[in-house]
Amino acid sequence: MHRQRIGWIAIAFLLAVACVAADGTWFAQVPEADRRRESPYAGQPEAKAGGAQLFADHCSKCHGADALGRGKKPSLRTKEVQTATDGEIFWLLRNGNRRRGMPSWSSLPEPSRWQLVAYVKSLGESNE
Amino acid sequence: MKRGLILCLFSLCIAAGCAAQELPYFVAYSQDMEEPGNLEVSFKSAQASPKYGDPFFSETMELEYGAKGWWTTEFYLSGQRTSNDSTVFTGFRWENRFRPLMREHFINPVLYVEYENLKRSDRSLLEVTGHDSISDLLLTNAQGGSETERELELKLILSSNFRGWNVSENFISEKDLNEPEPWEFGYALGVAHPLSMKASSRPCVFCRQNFTAGAELYGGLGDLEGFGLKATSHYVGPTVGFNIPHGPTVSFSPNFGLNQNSAGVIFRFSFSYEIQQIFGRGNH
Repeated sequence: MHRQRIGWIAIAFLLAVACVAADGTWFAQVPEADRRRESPYAGQPEAKAGGAQLFADHCSKCHGADALGRGKKPSLRTKEVQTATDGEIFWLLRNGNRRRGMPSWSSLPEPSRWQLVAYVKSLGESNE
Repeated sequence: MKRGLILCLFSLCIAAGCAAQELPYFVAYSQDMEEPGNLEVSFKSAQASPKYGDPFFSETMELEYGAKGWWTTEFYLSGQRTSNDSTVFTGFRWENRFRPLMREHFINPVLYVEYENLKRSDRSLLEVTGHDSISDLLLTNAQGGSETERELELKLILSSNFRGWNVSENFISEKDLNEPEPWEFGYALGVAHPLSMKASSRPCVFCRQNFTAGAELYGGLGDLEGFGLKATSHYVGPTVGFNIPHGPTVSFSPNFGLNQNSAGVIFRFSFSYEIQQIFGRGNH
């Protein structure tokens, strides 16, 4: 009886875990209001420099120091990313894309995330 | 030997390029998960001199692996040394955390399940539940080592990030699998904020953005037959963490006992570093 109760609790727990939301292409999921958000640091060289420090600390190991991606980790210098709005990239940094392995960076304060956006957008497209 | 091992691990850490953005919590959990493919190695210590008991130093090694973006698994090994007594290995824990919601919300739930196989002489104090009290810390290692507790621990972690603040609430329930004892309950609350919201434009080690300060409050809530604060212990304390760029994270916290059932002060220290893409996933 005692073990049976623990078994039911374990099953309920696993069911709760299984209730994960479907996750498609992240661009399509960005709400319109977030898409239109503008960076408070747009065009500020200091913000880009701060973003470069954050990128080196947090992002470069997966996306590469040149942001061209490594293995399955995507390049951030594709046309898709470089033409994305600041708001879209900011939304991705906050929410991540867990199904694809991209963690949320919501633990970074908002100004730091905008600095990252400024840096990523400054990199420009590359087909390498 | 020990120094050699530490140096070896430190070198591995530098070579791997650590990038952990850690919150300085010792008991509370936030919504943060380990990044997929990364392995974080931590050493967490607790030192205290309980009233009427011998001072002890507990050390726990923690291996945390990001299995998926929504699943983090951890394995712990614990031991402790008590003055005028002995040094003992006290057991292991295996923990899993799951994020059921893929996106960020104002409050982010995380489900936690852990199996513990620990001797009663364990003094890692990674959670306080039920009627845990200072008397548990007065057992000799021989007394505590004669009994192994196999427990199932479940937590509901609720955590929020806003304006640079992290606020985390953990609701803990624990069941002894050996004996027909009632479920025990506990709580842990944590709040933390980085000292700077923006990153410096120049590389720096001791700049404010690399420091996080906060506080933790945790304790027991009795059990199913006696829920409440009666005969429980509680602790509160400030906590500070230092994320060394491309290096490890170190955290420190003195926890102060809030009633007669608690130890006076527990000094906690942790050293953790993250090895990126441990199995080479994602590399060329």
